[in-house]
Amino acid sequence: MTECPVCGAEISFAAGTVIGELLECADCGSELEVRGLDPATVTEAPETEEDWGE
Amino acid sequence: MKVGLLHSLVRKEEKLLIDEFQRRGINLQMIDDRKLVFDLEPIPNVDIVLERSINHSRSLYGLQLLETAGVHCVNSAKVAAICGDKILTSVALKKAGVKQPSLRVAFTEASALAAIEELGYPVVLKPAVGSWGRLLSKVNDRESAEAILEHKSVLGSYHHSIFYIQKFVEKKGRDIRSFVVGDQCIAAIYRSSEHWITNTARGAVATGCEVDAHIADISLAAATAVGGGVLAVDLFETKDGLCVNEVNYTMEFRNSIETTGVNIPAQVVDYVLESRS
Repeated sequence: MTECPVCGAEISFAAGTVIGELLECADCGSELEVRGLDPATVTEAPETEEDWGE
Repeated sequence: MKVGLLHSLVRKEEKLLIDEFQRRGINLQMIDDRKLVFDLEPIPNVDIVLERSINHSRSLYGLQLLETAGVHCVNSAKVAAICGDKILTSVALKKAGVKQPSLRVAFTEASALAAIEELGYPVVLKPAVGSWGRLLSKVNDRESAEAILEHKSVLGSYHHSIFYIQKFVEKKGRDIRSFVVGDQCIAAIYRSSEHWITNTARGAVATGCEVDAHIADISLAAATAVGGGVLAVDLFETKDGLCVNEVNYTMEFRNSIETTGVNIPAQVVDYVLESRS
């Protein structure tokens, strides 16, 4: 369990969560990136870069 | 078999692929491109790498470095280089005789404007490198062309002055996205939008599209033209038949599994494992 860096809401990880995974805060809708599993840590997901895509 | 997954952010697609590898008992090595350092020596302890990096530039060089170190990659560095650049994609399609919209490439504002006038309005200006329908400009007249060309030249980085100009195709609110895995066109969707840009990343709605012989043939021809592998082909329906708009090498498929009823990540994983067995 950790908290959203934007709104402070509690964030819990589902089973099978991996580092680098994108999550959405259920309270504020911010896109978050999982940075650690034990202890659980998240940061705001990075902004889209020019060469991102398919 | 030791499989690596080259990634940065882990999106829904990567999670689905991870699940499929785990279901097959594969010990997947996660290779985060943000932590990688290459020294040109033989590296990761893997037999094959599935590339799923969200950054084209990292994919481009990462795949080249991995291949140099003897690692088999899906897709290959060559495929990434071609598909990540619309000009190189068009060259590959042309060489293979695969139908695509009329286009011009120019390197200055003046020559680009002349090319646009010769091609006829409307046209679409696209960055040679870019995705998700970003920074596309539909140009309807000379005044718009002059303004957009000037803005791209003055405000953009140097590669925005490499002008890729495509004749606008009236596609009646939708295009087709087909999925190619190896020598099979496994599924397709329609992408529909009231906007002229029909990327699902821009809000287009995905619906099922039956893969008929026409779709399969041109999709496989396009995939072969760029080097083959795991590819998503964007098709326009025109009065003269289908033509290829783009070919994508790190395809997104989250909206297409339920829509098509095809387990796309399972087919990708099967292909990866078979390509090294």
